[in-house]
Amino acid sequence: MTWVNAVIQGVMLGGLYALFACGLSLMFGVMKVINLAHGDLAMVAAYIALGVVTITHVPAIWSFVLVVPIFAALGYVLQRTLLQASLNRGVITTLLVTFGLSVVIENALQQFLSANSRELNIGSLVSDSFSIGSQITIAYLDLIILVVAVAVLLGLQYFLSSSRSGRMIRAVADDREAAQLAGIDYRHVFGIATAIAFGTVALAGLAYGMYTQFDPTTGTTALLLYAFEAVVIGGLGSLWGTLAGGILLGVAQQVGAQYHAADQVLAGQLLFLIILVLRPQGITSRRELA
Amino acid sequence: MSAVGQDTQAAGGQHPRVAARGPAAGRVVTRSRRSALWAGLAAVVAIAILGYLPYLVFSDTTGLMVQFFQLLIMASMWNLLAGYAGLVSVGHQAFIGLGAYFVVLLAMHGLSPFTAIPIATAAAGVVGLPVWWLVSRLRSGYFAITMWVIASVCMLIIIQISSLGSGTGIALSGLTQSPTLLAADTYWATLAVAVLAIAGIYALLRSRLGLALTAIRDDEAGAKSIGGRVGSVQRLVFLVTALGCGAAGALYAISQQFIVPTAAFDVSFTAEMIFITIIGGIGTIEGPIIGTIVFFILQQTLSADGTWYWIVLGLVAIAVAIWAPRGIWGLVSEKFGIRLFPVGYYVWPAGEQPRRLLARSARP
Amino acid sequence: MTAAGTTGASPLLEVAGLSVHHGQLQALHDVSIAVPAGQVHAMIGANGAGKSTLLRTIAGLHAPTAGSIRLDGRDITGLRPERRVAAGIALVPEGRRLFPSLSVEENLLIGASSRRTGEWSIDAIYDLFGWMRDRRRQRAAQLSGGEQQAVAIGRALAANPRVLLLDELSLGLAPVVVRRIYATLPQLAASGMTILLVEQDVSQALAVASHVHCLLEGRVTLAGPPARLTGAQIEAAYFGVSAASNGNGYGNGSPPGTPASAGPASAGPASASPAISGPAISGPARQADQPPGVHL
Repeated sequence: MTWVNAVIQGVMLGGLYALFACGLSLMFGVMKVINLAHGDLAMVAAYIALGVVTITHVPAIWSFVLVVPIFAALGYVLQRTLLQASLNRGVITTLLVTFGLSVVIENALQQFLSANSRELNIGSLVSDSFSIGSQITIAYLDLIILVVAVAVLLGLQYFLSSSRSGRMIRAVADDREAAQLAGIDYRHVFGIATAIAFGTVALAGLAYGMYTQFDPTTGTTALLLYAFEAVVIGGLGSLWGTLAGGILLGVAQQVGAQYHAADQVLAGQLLFLIILVLRPQGITSRRELA
Repeated sequence: MSAVGQDTQAAGGQHPRVAARGPAAGRVVTRSRRSALWAGLAAVVAIAILGYLPYLVFSDTTGLMVQFFQLLIMASMWNLLAGYAGLVSVGHQAFIGLGAYFVVLLAMHGLSPFTAIPIATAAAGVVGLPVWWLVSRLRSGYFAITMWVIASVCMLIIIQISSLGSGTGIALSGLTQSPTLLAADTYWATLAVAVLAIAGIYALLRSRLGLALTAIRDDEAGAKSIGGRVGSVQRLVFLVTALGCGAAGALYAISQQFIVPTAAFDVSFTAEMIFITIIGGIGTIEGPIIGTIVFFILQQTLSADGTWYWIVLGLVAIAVAIWAPRGIWGLVSEKFGIRLFPVGYYVWPAGEQPRRLLARSARP
Repeated sequence: MTAAGTTGASPLLEVAGLSVHHGQLQALHDVSIAVPAGQVHAMIGANGAGKSTLLRTIAGLHAPTAGSIRLDGRDITGLRPERRVAAGIALVPEGRRLFPSLSVEENLLIGASSRRTGEWSIDAIYDLFGWMRDRRRQRAAQLSGGEQQAVAIGRALAANPRVLLLDELSLGLAPVVVRRIYATLPQLAASGMTILLVEQDVSQALAVASHVHCLLEGRVTLAGPPARLTGAQIEAAYFGVSAASNGNGYGNGSPPGTPASAGPASAGPASASPAISGPAISGPARQADQPPGVHL
């Protein structure tokens, strides 16, 4: 029964990882670059939320109302300036620039906000739970995060398939040059895609900050790699693959933790490496790796 | 590359002493200019002086130099990998940590840590083989971040091994010299590895493989399309960098004498390699050398506040990568037309080539 | 710039002195073309002659190293591709380049991104290609080559261009399909659209165009209405041979200064063709900039 519980907890955790992964996946799908600052940006969002809560005294759980739009705007601006400038130089430059951003962000957080661990205080919600049978306990927060993750993925799916901007994003992802020939300013489309990705990463950062403690290094030591692993396990180009990847990663980690607490992270990474060896295109995707 | 450098492509594939046909007809192609001769001479003198240094200065100075040369080795390796083979890794701390722990392991079994350096280096290279098998199918961002995962896996595995000190770290045994002698030995070993690493890279880039590497640096797809053995060349470079970083890690263990997994496998190592290479000038041998000097000066002036040091470095590296992608050395060599480690070719209008260099370049 | 078209009307699309480099390689040398409104012009030439480069440069995908491009008198040389679409230039690229993961209708809607208005609504495009309406929900990747080419044309039409650039419509398609696609061109021209097409199939080009330009190694070697050009002239301009044969097939056929290794022409001439005399080059006045009869 503890194993069943571990799987269920893993599924819950998977929602959080999928939330982290979908922004990374979207940016990779559209711009063909991996944003190495992804995890640190989530941490920035969590710290901004801390600030918002401190100043406005709104409950932390509502901080997303402010933080997500701020982050989306930040994403658009960053894409149109720094990231576009690096993209013009090539994919390698973009990798190096996002890596540089990651280092700068992490150290700036440490410099200005100290290296101490923080958390977003959501009162009793952090411990409230309900039980199924005698062994399985599900925390409301975990369930909320999973529901939010699924809702975000559904919304993103709907946006991409049904809106004019979503259609342009898919066209640019398919063939940037052909999109230009059809009259699309791909830089603007890149900006929109990045804004959405930043919005989701902000949401993920807030969820993480409510879920557990964080500090300036959490972004690189954990979140970036988890997000990437979820993307690869699930396979590119499919948001449902991302959810599946996040859930598989979460389950692997929770089951690994049952075996030995120190094995939690390792189990997830070994699953990632196994998938990479056996099915490098991921479990749902038929596309080739870029 | 300077305008001169671009001409070398026209003559690519030709032997240095052969006057190029085709687009470069009527010109003479050489590898070296006077600046390189002087650089060679200066290098010999510099190495001799550096080798004599422990007799002249206190061990705190040589200690700094040890750090300097470790950085230089790592940055040169990363530059070879990214600047020439087109492979951006953010996980080469894996080989540094492994090199360090191999030395600890060998010393635990009675080997002198200095004797253990070449063995640990080779062992890191051996680990590089399966790692390459795993990551060789991946490109750009996927390659970069999967290397990071691999470094993390290596660290997590070592944390599980209690005989290696688990997560709390382990002291390196077997260093029985007096502190003064130990400092000198560490210095000499590090200097030797650094000289070997740079000379090795220089030799590699001047070999026939160097041409393939330069082709990949300039245009990977193009190199593939003309039948370049891109895959095998990249594998060789990857393994060389695994060896180099393994050696740097072995030296790190000896200079630290106590290692902790989170420090030995810290991504900061790779961040340093990347920033040094970008700022100094990616895709040149001189770049990492210049970069390490700049980096070291910055470190000595800003390190009182570690986070500021990283913020400044990161911002400078971002700016350089976007607005001056050839780095400091690129600007210098463009302005003055010098190259200390000539791995390309110079193209001279016929008749203008200095006689002395003709004689020199006529040697095989 | 008074380069008059054949009719004397001021040209809608005017390319003047255009040079384009791909790295070290010069793909176009001082190319000048004028296409009057409502006419169909064709570029012919061997593989690698620079035809596609010319269209792509007009569409804004390559930056020229010299020369200018004007649309209805307005200099558009510096505009980005998407701005040129808004100005009224649409390119159907070589190889069709549809968005494979988008449906047929989505491909057309993307074509309408510039929001230019005109007669080419999505419905009008469905009327032009009868089969398309029923299959509008199908993914573009699932269509046959000919169907994809039709959607590619439809996508360009959706931008309601004043000038339509067509690059190698026939590439990789069965002759019957090519004929069917070319059959739609007169309809487009009748609607007042100006068309510049690139075609390797010379007979196809001669059949639809009111004016042909022949490119050889990045230079215009011949231009004029098909009716006034002889097969021998075209052959000579196409392959770059001259009657004053020096035996190697290119020789003085290559303009001075170009490397002798003109790859594409290596198919070689079957026979020496008569030189084109000066008056035969009766195309746009800009042609007079180049000494007639030199580059055959």
